[in-house]
Amino acid sequence: MSPQEMYALALALSAAFAAGLMGCFALMKKMTLAGDVMSHIALPGLGLALLWNIQPVIGAIVSLGIGAVLIWKIEQKTDLPTETTIGVMFSAALAIGALVTPSEDIITALFGGANPVSLQTLLLYVALSALVVIFLWVERNRLVLSLFNADLAIVTGVNVSRLNLMYLIAFASTLILGLRFLGALLVGALIIVPAAVSRQFTHTLPNFLAGSALVSLLSVSIGYALASAFGLQTGPTVIALAASVFFLSLFKKKK
Amino acid sequence: MNAFLSVQDLSVSFGKLRVINNVSFELNRGESLAIIGPNGSGKTVLLKTLLGLTEHAGSFFWSPDARLGYVPQKIDADRHLPINLQNLLEAKASIQHLKRADILSTVKTVGLPQETLRTPIGHLSGGQFQKALIAFALLGNPNVILFDEPTASLDELSEEHIYELLNELRRERGLTVILVSHDLSIVPEMADKILCLNKSTVCFGPPEEALTEEVFAKLYSEPHKVFHHPSEHHHRHHA
Repeated sequence: MSPQEMYALALALSAAFAAGLMGCFALMKKMTLAGDVMSHIALPGLGLALLWNIQPVIGAIVSLGIGAVLIWKIEQKTDLPTETTIGVMFSAALAIGALVTPSEDIITALFGGANPVSLQTLLLYVALSALVVIFLWVERNRLVLSLFNADLAIVTGVNVSRLNLMYLIAFASTLILGLRFLGALLVGALIIVPAAVSRQFTHTLPNFLAGSALVSLLSVSIGYALASAFGLQTGPTVIALAASVFFLSLFKKKK
Repeated sequence: MNAFLSVQDLSVSFGKLRVINNVSFELNRGESLAIIGPNGSGKTVLLKTLLGLTEHAGSFFWSPDARLGYVPQKIDADRHLPINLQNLLEAKASIQHLKRADILSTVKTVGLPQETLRTPIGHLSGGQFQKALIAFALLGNPNVILFDEPTASLDELSEEHIYELLNELRRERGLTVILVSHDLSIVPEMADKILCLNKSTVCFGPPEEALTEEVFAKLYSEPHKVFHHPSEHHHRHHA
């Protein structure tokens, strides 16, 4: 394995750790499908970045930002419910993304890949993962309380509105972290599936977080090994493995 | 003596709909106030306004040393979260920089066995969960507690336990209590003062003076407009 390939694996593991923790809060917030929607919105930016040969992460960030402003504007101008606006945006983004992405890159944009990365890129991703993890760890009590009862959280001293905004930014950052190796179609799964597995086994917050992070890390590391050994695509292998663990977890009877 | 809580001409509107209209009253330290009225009369909105959660016209002043504890309605709390009681109480203790020992003593105060701390919140019985919410409110040593529907969907025995606990807290800690209830049986058990609310004040004072048959008839027999939340109205309008 070359250093660049090692960096690619390290990048995937740092993103997996952040996604595993983020998934727990996404599941508690009942916004697990938001990941799919937002990652699709990132696709046109990702495609254009590939076309113009610039850092894909920059394209994804710009695309997500424009998508969020558009949804917000459409909501202001019309009486359409948010989910309708998001539904239209997400289909439009997928179509535009497919049109602008060079055909040789479309599979990578949709399903990711284990392309070698530079040390500089790895450090950028590790720094972003660390920011997401630190945010979730520091704010975990405020997040849990705001989910339990928002009014109770406010009376306890939590600025719920600011916390929700910060959470959305961290959520979008987690998607950006996973886009590179899982692609727009699969990145949402790394947020949902490990958390869903962990939820089957626990009723306490520390175990829920630890279990989800562990499933996420194991899915990525074993998925990488399997993909490499059998010449499979990395992203689909990782997610198929995580999903298999989920289906197996259904046989576990919760106490 | 300065009032512990002073409310003057308090009004709350959601859009064009006024849900509380010019309510004024005062409460002294250590007193217990029951806010009663039919469904949709503005009781919960008044409680939330006093907690600083709702925009309002008019004014209210708490004594500068007032420390508020809030017990929301049980049904408004998400019990499906994968957390146990310890996680829930630790969340507040961490945010307010309280000691871990405070959690143990508070759980003891409300009469829950220590083992309950390890119980998932979704597995607590109705009475245990209500006590858990009271423990949450008591953490941080408040001197006033605002309680929304303390006995809703509890059996009689659990109801009795909650009343006993609240009266004990009042005796031992001099706690000021504000209760919201649609259930009049709370009055003789708990209230020094009563505020009958039907958007405006229908009566206020000691229950034996304030709650006359005439007032009772006015409070519960008079048809009142059903409150529609602005978003509900919005949806119906576009249906």
